[in-house]
Amino acid sequence: MSEMTKIVKTTANILFPLTMIFGLYVIAHGHLTPGGGFQGGAIVASGCALLLVAYGSPWVFDRIKEKRLAAFESMGAIGFIVVALLGLVFSAVFFGNFLAGSGGLFGTTPATGSTLADFNTGGVLPLMNFAVGVKVIAGLFVIVLVMAYASSIKEWRS
Amino acid sequence: MEKRTIAAAVAFTVVAVFFLFSIFLIHPFGRPGQVPMDDHIIQHTQNETGTNNAVTSVVFDYRGFDTLGEATILFSAVAGVLLIFRRVKS
Repeated sequence: MSEMTKIVKTTANILFPLTMIFGLYVIAHGHLTPGGGFQGGAIVASGCALLLVAYGSPWVFDRIKEKRLAAFESMGAIGFIVVALLGLVFSAVFFGNFLAGSGGLFGTTPATGSTLADFNTGGVLPLMNFAVGVKVIAGLFVIVLVMAYASSIKEWRS
Repeated sequence: MEKRTIAAAVAFTVVAVFFLFSIFLIHPFGRPGQVPMDDHIIQHTQNETGTNNAVTSVVFDYRGFDTLGEATILFSAVAGVLLIFRRVKS
């Protein structure tokens, strides 16, 4: 994919930060509003794909290496499993929610019934949302980036 | 008529009959059949998981193994794509 015209680039420059903000908001508020790690990660990765379409895959490939993205993807998966294993350690159940109701980080329990959203709730759910969000951002972006770059190489079998 | 066409027609008819039965035998909209698990999650999710979002509590707490499987699917997809489309060193 080669780069596109100045109109497309300017539109992408305007839309890219808004997409980033919206996707990161969906990830960070996954335990309060609809959405979560998977959905917010898909939004952020689609914003990166917009950048890829506007500027071309060689431009992006010179700035971000696919090994870094693959490392971030693996780090997200490891973080997810580590949080689950911490549940096994602290509450004797795999995927146990050991932070809920503890009063510390993310430990506030909301009042029963329909209440206002409090960010400091959810136990391990925000941590898992963050880990899955990092994993989905890096995973989807590395898929799109590598496939776009492979299609731009003329003789990539040599 | 070829045998393949006849076999395809028979298979299509059987599947269509099953779908029609499932359409007419489904429970009415908004009134599910068995609800004890739904009631338990709706009533206890704020005390047990400390969050207002019941869907996220199901995805990441009650059914965490399912999310682990989804993450594994994404991981294997990324591994396969990187294996095929990796940059070849000349």
